Amino acid sequence: MTGDWNLRWSHTFSPDVLAEIRRAANTGVYSIRGFGAKRAVPNFDDLVFLGASMSRYPLEGYREACGTDVVLGARHASEPVHLDIPITIAGMSFGSLSANAKEALGRGASAAGTSTTTGDGGMTDEERGHSTKLVVQYLPSRYGMNPDDLRRADAIEVVVGQGAKPGGGGMLMGQKISERVAAMRTLPEGIDQRSACRHPDWTGPDDMEIKIQELREITGWRVPIYVKVGAARPYYDTALAVKAGADVVVVDGMQGGTAATQDVFIEHVGIPTLAAVPEAVRALKELDMHRTVQLVVAGGIRTGADVAKALALGADAVSIGTAALVAIGDNDPDLDDEYRALGSAAGAWDQYQAGNDPAGITTQDPELASRLDPVLAGRRLANYLKVLTLEAQTLARACGKSHVHNLEPQDMAALTVEAAAMAGVPLAGTSWVPGRDA
Amino acid sequence: MTAATALDLAGATLREVNSTLQAADGGSFRVVNPQGAHALACGLDAPVSVHVDGPVGYYCAGMNQHATVHVDGNAGTGLAENVMSGTVTVTGNAGQSAGATGHGGLVVVHGNASARCGISMKGVDIVVGGDVGHMSAFMAQAGNLVVLGDAGADLGDSIYEARLFVRGSVASLGADCVEKEVRPEHLEFLAARLADAGLDADPADFRRYGSARRLYNFHPDDVDAEVAR
Ligand SMILES: Cc1cc2nc3c(=O)[nH]c(=O)nc-3n(C[C@H](O)[C@H](O)[C@H](O)COP(=O)(O)O)c2cc1C
Repeated sequence: MTGDWNLRWSHTFSPDVLAEIRRAANTGVYSIRGFGAKRAVPNFDDLVFLGASMSRYPLEGYREACGTDVVLGARHASEPVHLDIPITIAGMSFGSLSANAKEALGRGASAAGTSTTTGDGGMTDEERGHSTKLVVQYLPSRYGMNPDDLRRADAIEVVVGQGAKPGGGGMLMGQKISERVAAMRTLPEGIDQRSACRHPDWTGPDDMEIKIQELREITGWRVPIYVKVGAARPYYDTALAVKAGADVVVVDGMQGGTAATQDVFIEHVGIPTLAAVPEAVRALKELDMHRTVQLVVAGGIRTGADVAKALALGADAVSIGTAALVAIGDNDPDLDDEYRALGSAAGAWDQYQAGNDPAGITTQDPELASRLDPVLAGRRLANYLKVLTLEAQTLARACGKSHVHNLEPQDMAALTVEAAAMAGVPLAGTSWVPGRDA
Repeated sequence: MTAATALDLAGATLREVNSTLQAADGGSFRVVNPQGAHALACGLDAPVSVHVDGPVGYYCAGMNQHATVHVDGNAGTGLAENVMSGTVTVTGNAGQSAGATGHGGLVVVHGNASARCGISMKGVDIVVGGDVGHMSAFMAQAGNLVVLGDAGADLGDSIYEARLFVRGSVASLGADCVEKEVRPEHLEFLAARLADAGLDADPADFRRYGSARRLYNFHPDDVDAEVAR
């Protein structure tokens, strides 16, 4: 920028804003992309753990046990889901992802002792085969929905919304509607698929209660029923999901990833994950359902610290999408030349909808897809999940906890006033929680 | 014919009745005192025959495979939702979203069906003796909706490849839904399905509606490309 000091750039009309105005003027179509919200919002980085001190006794890192297992869905299901770690793989459809990518997610999750999830578009045999624990999603589109897949799933996730677009339906651009994807969804090949945003056969929580009853009757009350919501009104949504009979509530914050959504939706609808968790927990506690109905939190989870903080705020587990894709090779710097040839760069690439992913993950092109080795990629994911777990355990031990679920808000402080208000923990160095009487 | 096994919802729980029906690999059942029970006879997966004496609630015969379910009365929301195969018949009226997302089989409503009949249908055939409500066949992907009476507003909005046949009036067509020519194969189809449904109508009296296929893809402009030329 040397020599450019006389150029005065606008904050309001910044270069990326100007570029978007020009793009819109050229095409007449809104911007659709993948990935999650890219702007800065208050997040788990704004919290710190306090660790042990005179009054708190830590556990020995290498000698003393710190449990990480979690049971999801024991409220009504005769066969709840037992996981070794409190980190699950979020729903990402075959269609948005290649079959190899889905296989890699299944392999990695299974090796780490956790579950993976189908997505908009139905269950594939490969995915079922490679996932010891598989959650089947029940979405408004009902693409590929059938009772056999419900019965061979380990849990059913009724999707009301997702964090990237609470109130929006799925999208899959024509480039990715291959013959197989089209057949699974009963759609013409090559169309720009925009799925329904409302469920076709119920409106509101009273109807949903009956829908959940039907799903239980079809699966013999065996498998847990999760309800996934985008973080919009998490207090009310959680309470209503519990009322409708959910065994597990999944709350996905605004940072949550997506395969294809309007940019305006990704960046401007929903509230941050950090703000959503305490609201969901408050609803569960008021109903005396905390730990009876499990809370799974998603949206921008990247590290073991994020996992530990979500649990400390009261979640039972977290779910990851984007981070799992990065672990298996998405946005790999080794592919920078190829990303640049597509007008992007490794680390900035968000064109999951385009179907031309050099990493072979968000594509249906057989040649590109074959670049991803599902066995190696699965190992990478298993390693990554292991690190997240070890990190969360390390933090829990430092706070003197023999199970990650024993972490609590009192173990943390906030670095910003916003985070203190959202998370309901004191601003660091004070005993002040904004909005609460001192 | 052997006598049907009677199941009484006045004495047995829904779970007991459904598990008996779900466990059977054939045979006939008669369900009495349904009293509007929800999710009755859902998830059946064998060629059993179920006769329900009286009205049922939501999601009756949901996700049906192979079974024949006959309801002597009215049905609530989501009759035979996501039906895969078999036949589901209701002698009275059906609530909203009858046959929603159905993949196959036949759903017959002798009376009227309410709003969103055949919404997101994926291959099922639905025959309605009376009228259907607004937004019927919304986003309908495949299969056939046959309506002997009238259709409410916005029929076939955002429709894909499903075929809609209406004998009476259509209050309005939804986005991208247009009237199409009735060809001999359609008359043949109608004659056969009307016979399957046990409903009497002349195939020649129906008009056909389907997708104009104008919403299948985004149509971006490219001003820059034109300037470059
Ligand atoms: C490629 C991709 C595909 C997705 N597909 C679905 C889907 O089919 N159904 C759904 O409920 N959520 C879907 N999601 C959202 C994830 O389930 C999850 O909520 C989100 O990725 C969590 O946020 P994170 O990406 O920051 O971890 C998708 C996300 C990605 C990145």
